[in-house]
Amino acid sequence: MKTTETPAPVPAEPGTPVLKTEAAPGGLKEGKKEGTTLNVFSHGVLVIWAIMVGMPLVWAVMTSFKDDASIFGSPWSLPDKLNFDNWSRAWSQAHMSDYFLNTVLVVGGSLVGTLVLGSMAAYVLARFDFPGNRFIYYLFIAGMSFPIMLALVPLFYVVDNMGMLNTIHGLILVYIAYSLPFTVFFLTGFFRTLPSSVAEAAFVDGASHTRTFFQVMLPMAKPGLISVGIFNFLGQWNQYMLPTVLNTDPDKHVLTQGLVQLAVSQGYKGDWSGLFAGLVMAMLPVLAAYIVFQRQVVQGLTAGALK
Amino acid sequence: MQHGKYRFIVGFLAVPLGLYALFVIWPFIQSIYYSFTDWTGLSPEYKMVGFDNYSRMLDDDIFWKSLQHSVMFALLVPLVTLSLALFFAFMINVGGRRRRGGPAITGVRGSGFYKIVYFFPQVLSIAIVALLFQFAYNPDSGAINSLLRGIGLDSLQPLWLGDPNIALWCVMAVLVWSTVGFFVVLFSAGMASIPAELYEAALLDGADRATTFFKVTLPLLWDTVQSGWVYMGILALGAESFAVVQIMTTGPGGPDYSTTVMVLYVYQKAFRDGQAAYATTIGVALLLVTLAFAAVVMRLGRRERLEY
Repeated sequence: MKTTETPAPVPAEPGTPVLKTEAAPGGLKEGKKEGTTLNVFSHGVLVIWAIMVGMPLVWAVMTSFKDDASIFGSPWSLPDKLNFDNWSRAWSQAHMSDYFLNTVLVVGGSLVGTLVLGSMAAYVLARFDFPGNRFIYYLFIAGMSFPIMLALVPLFYVVDNMGMLNTIHGLILVYIAYSLPFTVFFLTGFFRTLPSSVAEAAFVDGASHTRTFFQVMLPMAKPGLISVGIFNFLGQWNQYMLPTVLNTDPDKHVLTQGLVQLAVSQGYKGDWSGLFAGLVMAMLPVLAAYIVFQRQVVQGLTAGALK
Repeated sequence: MQHGKYRFIVGFLAVPLGLYALFVIWPFIQSIYYSFTDWTGLSPEYKMVGFDNYSRMLDDDIFWKSLQHSVMFALLVPLVTLSLALFFAFMINVGGRRRRGGPAITGVRGSGFYKIVYFFPQVLSIAIVALLFQFAYNPDSGAINSLLRGIGLDSLQPLWLGDPNIALWCVMAVLVWSTVGFFVVLFSAGMASIPAELYEAALLDGADRATTFFKVTLPLLWDTVQSGWVYMGILALGAESFAVVQIMTTGPGGPDYSTTVMVLYVYQKAFRDGQAAYATTIGVALLLVTLAFAAVVMRLGRRERLEY
């Protein structure tokens, strides 16, 4: 198949997705209109997936403004009027405000703790040579691939014996511990790429190791800290398994738990509209933050997987 | 830089390492130890029972069901997710109309928009996604069945999560839905770094786009695909499948154990049935499955590394 003239071969007819690995490339036809078929086809599938992603979210937002009767009667109709009282009911009566507050406290504490402790450990592991360095590094790495549920059974009793079950600070410490593997892994790689000359110069000028770290190295590591910070923020904000096991007191529930609890209890009360309002309330801030900080979020979340 | 070096190292490592050892490493070790005891978790007393828990596990039908479902999660969810993501990423980056005088390979118009929208589910908690779909799957008033009724398919009204034959597929579909976007973005970044000359050379040689995909794009992206598979498989064996199964299914794990997975079974045995020792035994099995899975994927996927 020589292509002396311009038209490049058009791959598949519409409806023959390249996706199927069995689809032999041999059965493809040569088209006339350059790339047009492909263009229409690729836009088609891309639009379909965009709708499949967007529809459930739009449906949830619509439902959160309806009354219970129309939720059950006609799930896809637009709300007749905007029932804002769903939202206020969810916020106050269904304790969404408490869940938000708990989540903010837990995530705030653990995010700061994770970044401080993670960067300290990573810096030492990346820049200093000492016996056991590799061992400690791989000990941290191992935590990324082990199933957390295995540790959670004894962990429940460890935390209980320390009197920290169902407490905010207990949950913060556990969140930090389980965020360290990835944070240390990521930041160790990051600190290794930073030039050592600046730190040496600071050291020659009489700065201590600690001062060099906080005043020279940490500011230089800011891009890495932002990436891993976003990664941990989303992971901790969305965490479900750890609080489900370690935080069973309804007053201390975080957002994800609270919503699941709400789904169970509202089911009995029949207040579905309030529940949907709660769901949307929990979704929107994260989606809004994502749209605003889109580039940073994508970088933060994909940075680890690309390594 | 010797001066005070060891004091500094110890000072910086002590707290993070101590926290990590206490809350992560130590419980893991304890878990393996407890799997040889008859500890209930309710009282502090226990005695060693050797391999009793393990032989009980091998005779436990529910354990085998959960193992089978977990293996399906680890193999099928990444397979479908990564295939869809590769396909979409290829369409976004290479599927564009060729403009006169423009580069040989172009992305579709609005590729940025698609990437933003596809990524939405990734920033949401899997718990919220699971709740949302639990309602969408509701056979009477859920979004899916009423959509089917709306387009005239009144006879096609599956029970979705209530039907033991399809409940597991419904749950796995939710995981696929929520993770495809992440990999589309990841693969797009990888595809963007493949030099355009390679595509142009392939086109000059008369390769159509399907051939280009399998001979140029896929081999150059292989490392990313492989680590994505391991990453996704570990999630599908652990936290993510726990959340979707525990929140969405009746029981949870039902109907009739058709959706139960190992991670959920560990949780139920430990915190519902008061059989902590037996729970850790299943947990050890889960650990072995996870490690075996990672080893197999890394081994099967080994290829010569391509430099470009």
